[in-house]
Amino acid sequence: MIFSDLLEETIFSLSSNKSRSALTILGIVIGIASVIAMISVGQGASQGITDRIQSLGTNLLVVMPGSQRQAGNIVRGGMGSSQSLTLEDAEAVTDNITDITAVAPTVSARKQVAVKGQNTNTSIYGIDTNYFGIKNIDMEVGAAITEQQVKSRAKVAVLGPTTRADLFGEGVNPVGQKIRISSQEFSVIGVTAAKGGTGLGSSDDLIYIPLSTAQQYITGNQSVSNINIQVATEEMMAFVQEQVQSLLLTRHRISDATQADFSIMNQADMLSTMSSVTDTLTMLLGAIGGISLIVGGIGIMNMMLTTVTERTREIGLRKSLGADSGDISAQFLAESVALTFIGGVIGIVVGWFASWMVTKFSGTATTVTSGSVMLAFGVSALIGIVFGYYPARRAAKLDPIEALRYQ
Amino acid sequence: MIRCENIVKIYETAGEQAPVLKNINFAIQKGEFVAIIGPSGSGKSTLMHILGALDRPTSGNYFLDGKNVFALSEKEMAAIRCARIGFVFQSFNLLARATVLRNVMLPLIYNSSVAKSERQANAANALRAVDLEEGLWTHLSNQLSGGQMQRVAIARALINNPGIILADEPTGNLDSKTGAVVLDTFRKLNKEDGHTIILITHDKTVAQRADRIIEIRDGEIISDTRN
Repeated sequence: MIFSDLLEETIFSLSSNKSRSALTILGIVIGIASVIAMISVGQGASQGITDRIQSLGTNLLVVMPGSQRQAGNIVRGGMGSSQSLTLEDAEAVTDNITDITAVAPTVSARKQVAVKGQNTNTSIYGIDTNYFGIKNIDMEVGAAITEQQVKSRAKVAVLGPTTRADLFGEGVNPVGQKIRISSQEFSVIGVTAAKGGTGLGSSDDLIYIPLSTAQQYITGNQSVSNINIQVATEEMMAFVQEQVQSLLLTRHRISDATQADFSIMNQADMLSTMSSVTDTLTMLLGAIGGISLIVGGIGIMNMMLTTVTERTREIGLRKSLGADSGDISAQFLAESVALTFIGGVIGIVVGWFASWMVTKFSGTATTVTSGSVMLAFGVSALIGIVFGYYPARRAAKLDPIEALRYQ
Repeated sequence: MIRCENIVKIYETAGEQAPVLKNINFAIQKGEFVAIIGPSGSGKSTLMHILGALDRPTSGNYFLDGKNVFALSEKEMAAIRCARIGFVFQSFNLLARATVLRNVMLPLIYNSSVAKSERQANAANALRAVDLEEGLWTHLSNQLSGGQMQRVAIARALINNPGIILADEPTGNLDSKTGAVVLDTFRKLNKEDGHTIILITHDKTVAQRADRIIEIRDGEIISDTRN
C-alpha cells in the first residue's frame, strides 16, 4: 500500500463519520491547547522573574549585614537591625579587591513622607553616585545625586515614579518642590524612569537621597544597609565573592566563616534558585495539561476500538481483497495519528490564542516557545501511535473468515 | 490450475473435534465454470475459504498454479488473494459510503503492480465487463439495487484480472430474476474472457448454470458431474 492511498483511505474513513472524528479531535485539541497554554504561563512567569532579577543590575554581589546563609536557602534574618556593615567596609572593598567595576553602599529605611497634605509610607534609600550605574537606573526628569551633594549632606531627593505619583500625581514634574521626610525638608531634584515591577524590590516606589544625608538624618548612625558590588565579568563572580568574604571577615575579626555577621548574595545564585522554582511551576502546569492530553488519547483509543468493531466486515473484505495484516494495522494507525495530528495543529493554535488571552486579560506574562510547540506536537503524534496501536493490532489480527461472517 | 489433495479440515470446539472436510480431492482446469453444491453444514464454505487462501486445512495440500499455498507465509497468501483470486460474496460487502468506482478500485491499493494512473481505466473496463450503466458509476454503492450491487462486486473481483473468481452464494440475497442476470454475467465472463469461475451454492437451479457440478455432503465429495 502506497502512502497516498493510505492518506486517501484515512481521509475517507474519518470523513465518513465526521461528528465522531470531530469530537475525538476536540479531546486532543483541549489536551494540546492546555499543555501549550499552561507551559506558556509557567515560562512567562520564569521569564518575568529572570528579567526582574537581571534588571536589578548585572553581575551583582550584595553584601548584607547580620545574617547567616544556610546552605541551599536565601532566607535572611534581622536585616536592618544589625549594624555590622560600615562605609569603611565599602571603601576597603573598593581599595583591596580587583576585578570589580563599582561599589555602591546603601542605607535604607521606611519612613512616612509628606507633601502639602499628601503623604505616603515608602523606602528611603541613601545612595552614592555609583548606585544608579550599577542598578541601570535612568532619569525621567531632573538630575541624579551628585558627588558634591553626597559630600555636603545635601537635603535633596530623587523620587521613584510610583512615589512621585503618590505624592504629586501621575506625570507631574515635581522638580523644585519640597517634601518632608522625618521632619526634615528635602527638595526634589529628579524622578527616575520606571523599571516596572511591583512589591518588594521595586525600584519605582522609593526615594533616593545622598548616603551621608541618610546616615545623618534618617538612621542616625554610621552603618550601611548593604553594599552592592558590581563584578567585571560573570566568570569572576565566585572568585570576587570569596575575596570579599575573606576581606570582610578579617576586617570584622571573625575567624569562623559560619559565624560571619554579614552575608553575600550572589545574583547568579538567586537566579538559579528562582528558576528552579519556576521550572517546578512550569512542570506542574504542564502536567495538569498533560492529564487532559491523556484523557484525549483515551478518547482516541475508545473511538478506534469502536471503529474496529463496526468495520469488522470491512476488515474481512479488505483481507480477502489481498490486504495483509500490515496494511490493515497501517490503515487504523494512520487514522489515529491523523486524528491527533489534526488535533495537535488546532490545539497549538488554540493554546497560543489562550495564552495571548491570559496575557491580555490578566496581565500575566506568557511565553509560547518553539520548544513547547514541538513538545506538544511530538506528544500528540506519540499519543496517536500509542493509543492507536492496540486497536490497530486488534484489527490486523482479525481472522478474515470470522470478520466476513460478523454481523 | 487448482488441485486439492487429501484436504482435511477439523475444527475443535470445546475440546471436541468436528471434522468439516474429510479427504477432499479434485482439480479444476483453467477456464472451467464449476459449481460446488451442498446443503448448509456440508463444508462447502470451508472449502471455499481454503480455495480462496483465506484459511489453511488441517492436513492436505492445495496447489494453485503448481504452488503449494499452505507452504506460504501470511503475507504471501495475502498477495495470492490479491493477484489470483476475486471474491464475490452473498452480501456483496461493498463500502456503503463509497462510490461505485471507488469500490471497484479498492483492491488496487493492495496491488502495487498497477500504476495509479491506470486505475480509473481498469475500473471502467471491469464495470463494462459486468454491463453496469456508466451513469451509475459515480453513485454511492448503497443507492444501487441488489443486482447492481452484486455486479459492482463482480467488477471489483475482476479488477486485478485474477483469473479465478470465487463466488459464495452470489444470488443468495437476490430474487430469481436479478439472480439470473448475475449468473448471465458469470457465464459471459467465463465464455468471452476465459475467467475460471467457482460458484458455491446450495441451490440446484443455480448450480445447473455451471458446466461442472461438484456435490459435497458431510465433508466429502459425493459426485462430480459435467453438464
